[in-house]
Amino acid sequence: MSNYPLHKHILTSKVEVEPIRAGFGRGLKKAGELDENVVALCADLTESVQMHLFREAFPHRFIEVGIAEQNLVTVASGLARAGKIPFTASYAAFSPGRNWEQIKTTAALNDQPVKVVGGHAGLYTGPDGATHQMLEDIALMRVMPNMVVVVPGDSIEAEKATLALATNQKPSYLRLARDKTPIFSTEKSPFEIGKAYVLKPGKHVSLFGTGTMTYELLVAAKLLAKNGVNAEVVHVPTIKPLDKETILASLKKTGCGITVEEAQITGGLGGAITELAAEFLPVPIKRLGVEDRYGESGEPREVIEAFGLDGKSLATKIGQFMMQVG
Amino acid sequence: MTVMSGHLTTQQIEQKASSMRKDIIRMLEEAGSGHSAGPLGLSDLVATLYFGVMNYEPSNPEWDDRDYFFLSNGHCVPVQYAAMAEAGFLDKKELLTLRKFGSRLQGHPERTRLPGLENTSGPLGSGLSQAAGVAYSLQYLDNQAHRFVYCITGDGELDEGNIWEAAMFAGKYKLSQLIVFIDRNNIQIDGNTEDVMPLEDLRGKWQSFGWHVQEIDGHNIESIMDAVGMAKAITNRPSIIITHTIPGKGVDFMEYDYRWHGMPPNHEQAKEALAELRTLRGKITHEGQKHE
Repeated sequence: MSNYPLHKHILTSKVEVEPIRAGFGRGLKKAGELDENVVALCADLTESVQMHLFREAFPHRFIEVGIAEQNLVTVASGLARAGKIPFTASYAAFSPGRNWEQIKTTAALNDQPVKVVGGHAGLYTGPDGATHQMLEDIALMRVMPNMVVVVPGDSIEAEKATLALATNQKPSYLRLARDKTPIFSTEKSPFEIGKAYVLKPGKHVSLFGTGTMTYELLVAAKLLAKNGVNAEVVHVPTIKPLDKETILASLKKTGCGITVEEAQITGGLGGAITELAAEFLPVPIKRLGVEDRYGESGEPREVIEAFGLDGKSLATKIGQFMMQVG
Repeated sequence: MTVMSGHLTTQQIEQKASSMRKDIIRMLEEAGSGHSAGPLGLSDLVATLYFGVMNYEPSNPEWDDRDYFFLSNGHCVPVQYAAMAEAGFLDKKELLTLRKFGSRLQGHPERTRLPGLENTSGPLGSGLSQAAGVAYSLQYLDNQAHRFVYCITGDGELDEGNIWEAAMFAGKYKLSQLIVFIDRNNIQIDGNTEDVMPLEDLRGKWQSFGWHVQEIDGHNIESIMDAVGMAKAITNRPSIIITHTIPGKGVDFMEYDYRWHGMPPNHEQAKEALAELRTLRGKITHEGQKHE
């Protein structure tokens, strides 16, 4: 049995939706209330990344750096040296897309608690197209020693994740999506950095999701159940450090797995879980996500469906995988 | 032990600089790799900062009332290690571990390995931003007007876009506790700075970004002290001090020769350099003039 409290309206027509970034905005303001050392820096995208709540509450602790992502994270590194807990935000395409070396040298190698918040990540960025649909950020950040990588699944979890990152004392990356997406967790659902959660127990296949894809896996699992497949859905909001115990326990139970992310399948969640499994429990695993190509413009849901990352498409692909692995 | 600024005389600082130069030569010879010209050229400036300007506690590097020092051009770190050894952050014997496996003295500085370093640097262009971040905190968040942030950047380093992002940032927020020195030695790896990527009009550039600009002889301790005094008195702008230095200063065969930018001396060269430095007896007063 899973003891993870799921939102009562999931998988119904009454499912509640909200942008994941909105949870970050609320969480940052709360973090600011709890600790006066929390400061926020933005690169000319304050409302887009939902930092305006913090700016309104703590104008003297909000720093506008302009369209300068390299300066964004390096000034933050200096603020951290002075004892502050700086949250930096821009679009993921620019931070960490443009300033990776600065993050590595001045935050990660330097081991300062700089928080890099990448907004508008993934295909849900929609009409802005490939330049803005950051798909490589999970991989980029996961390879950095010292770095913590968190990809919340909904806005409620994003708020909890933000509060957790404000106190973890480590350089950290928080990935946020732009569009409204379903809320599957509740205020009572657990969130701890480094933990994965079994949302729905099952025994035939382990479905690992992160970010917006976890809800799609709940949808897929329901569809699969109609065909007699009892899938286990595991939400993996922390990509680094990875919850090896929970992931391996699930794979041991089911004997095969699927990973799904709104990102390149190389290096991200799929990379992390297949590396783990190859070393400790080699079982068949299929990675789903974006496969060595860039995104493109379209309405967010339209793009997600075109890339086969909606629950229904995922159920079909998972069904095919089950046939293959027998 | 708290080291307060201004506790050494000009002559004593000159002797510190001379001692640091000798240590730099010994360190680089022993390491067998590293940068010679920059650290030698910066010795007078770094000695003045450590022994005439900054407040710090070698036995308590995280002292919460210290001034901050950010070396943005991390490849010149031998000069900082040498100053830190003179100041008592580490034993002089440890200097000879520079660049060796297991050493706290990494080829480029790593904050987490050696207490007393404020930043990890090497990749150019980011130290100035970090210094600006600390200066912002002191000025706007911590209400600590008596503390200063000192930063040294290379001149070739000014090719980096990150530098100009920081220049705009510090100008916008009038970070008056930020005092930056440009090591204007006119060389970088591929040649002279004005050939590789022209930097002039440097003074005009920084002025237009909202900085107070001074230009000094980087081998004249009193000029450096005076410029710092002036920079501290400017309370509505960040300060840049274009510090003219001679690359390789103190060792005749290295001076002005860009080939020594990224090269250590071999044993014979080190011997020759040390013999020459001993004759100086810590008396480099200003550009081009050595006297006994």
